[in-house]
Amino acid sequence: MLYLQVLVNGVLLGGLYSCIAVGFSLVWGVLNIINILHGSLIILGAYAAYFAFTLLGINPFFFVPLAGLLLFLLGYGLQAGVINRVMGASVLITLTLTFGLNLILENAMILAFKADYRKVVLDPPLGLIEIGTAILPRDRLYAMVLALILVAALYVLLRTTRIGRAIVAVRMDRDAAALMGVNVERIYAVTFGIGAFMAGAAGSLMSVMFPISPLTSVTFLGKAFVICVLGGLGSIPGVMVGGIMLGILESFGALWLGPDYSTTIAFVLLLVLLMFRPTGIMGKRGFD
Amino acid sequence: MKRAWLIGPAAAVVLLIALPFIGNNYILRIATSMLMYVALASSWNYIGGFAGYPSFATAAFFGLGAYAGGILQFKGVPMVAAWLIAGVIVTAFASAVGRAILRLRGHYFAIASLVIADVLREVINGMTGVTGGGMGLNVPVMKIDVTTQARLFYAAMLAVAVLAVVTSALLDRSRIGFGLRCIEQNEDVALRLGVHTARYKTIAFALSSIYPALAGAVYASWVSYIDPAEAFDVLFSIKPIIMALLGGAGTVAGPIVGAFIFQAMEELVWRNFLSVHLGLLGLIVVLLILFLPQGLLRHRLLRPRMRPLLVKAP
Repeated sequence: MLYLQVLVNGVLLGGLYSCIAVGFSLVWGVLNIINILHGSLIILGAYAAYFAFTLLGINPFFFVPLAGLLLFLLGYGLQAGVINRVMGASVLITLTLTFGLNLILENAMILAFKADYRKVVLDPPLGLIEIGTAILPRDRLYAMVLALILVAALYVLLRTTRIGRAIVAVRMDRDAAALMGVNVERIYAVTFGIGAFMAGAAGSLMSVMFPISPLTSVTFLGKAFVICVLGGLGSIPGVMVGGIMLGILESFGALWLGPDYSTTIAFVLLLVLLMFRPTGIMGKRGFD
Repeated sequence: MKRAWLIGPAAAVVLLIALPFIGNNYILRIATSMLMYVALASSWNYIGGFAGYPSFATAAFFGLGAYAGGILQFKGVPMVAAWLIAGVIVTAFASAVGRAILRLRGHYFAIASLVIADVLREVINGMTGVTGGGMGLNVPVMKIDVTTQARLFYAAMLAVAVLAVVTSALLDRSRIGFGLRCIEQNEDVALRLGVHTARYKTIAFALSSIYPALAGAVYASWVSYIDPAEAFDVLFSIKPIIMALLGGAGTVAGPIVGAFIFQAMEELVWRNFLSVHLGLLGLIVVLLILFLPQGLLRHRLLRPRMRPLLVKAP
């Protein structure tokens, strides 16, 4: 029965992980950029939720869309103002640029929020649900459900809306899309904004579950990497599968080897996957 | 006066030799870390500049070299022997890892190379018995006076830097260097024209691990205390790239000039603003990428005079 509980924990964590990684995957797939800022954007969303909770008393679960919107504006501005200037340059250039931007953002957050760990403590706590022998903490369950709803909403957005089709078109062939009248630069900015929205939303959900600090942003960036490679780049179902797989793997890894090794497991898995199956489990596109 | 440009490098050589005798310990310390970065940036340039592979593995080589050297010394191996053995270990490691990850390209290679340092950091963190884990490792301190120590480590780092630059110059003129440039321009075409892309890339990757490993081992003896978070700091991967880009990636002189300017700026300007130190570094990175992606030596204004420094491939 222990295994069932560990499995449940893993799935609960994995739902949130999909939300953490989906924006990163979208930006990587459409813009061909590894967004080093992603971890810090998540943390920024978490801080927004923390301050909305402590200062204004807004429940982080209801703050999710607002945190997303704030981050969307920041992401849109960053892409339109800065990153669009190096689109099409080599990996080294774009990666180094987002690394530089991340240093600035991280430094600004440390100055503004200090490096202390903070956590939203709901009062009264939401409690637990027991199904058979498995115990589900309500906050984690709600976070997972909301996270999966957001991921599904993004999927629908890309499939059915005009802007979503334009994003997919730019991803398939940016030149052809430009010839069809798509404003590619604007689509880049919107896509980066959506990526930031998902990061902000994920951060807001996370603030209830994990202590946050500007120093933890790297952890989430690493998880986003692993999930993208695990599930395969550029497909939203792939991200969901990758996220839940990572959640389960980390839970069992923590059970068998101790919690200290969960990051190591993820990274070793990443290296092995990169070597033998770089397209991921559900990925369609090959190298680069 | 065709050779007038030689005056600069000649003066630099004289200064490098004279420095241990005229400089105080503070100046020697700055010069030593500057030379360390010359070695790191030049080494990154073999794979990142010549071959155009965005490697973020420098921190992994540096940290592994530091730990290998530190542990060997802790076990009683003489200092210089420990440095050299560390170099051999890391180069063997890099050849093995390189064969696997150099099949990847672009973003995938970048991530794989970035993750190596994280895995090593976690492993070393976990091996508490040998490495001291998160508590760090104390490397035996030599029983000689401080000034002699400063001179000794300066000389050691100078040797590593000179070797790295000489390797860079040799590589630049060699068949391998030419092959690496072909890979940088178009790997598929290079392969079809008969360039041993896999072999050349592995050689460049292995070469780019030697001097960071040696520099790491010397560094461990120099500061006499290392811990995993510091030795595998991602900035050891990033700074050499910034420096090479600043001077001009893919040239021999670029990483040297870049390392010098970067370290001088760090020492003179933003070391004085500790709380925004990283933010300023980020700002410089952003400005560099936006306005000077080709590097200083390739900049229009400098080009006519600096051209002799940019050694061309045969």
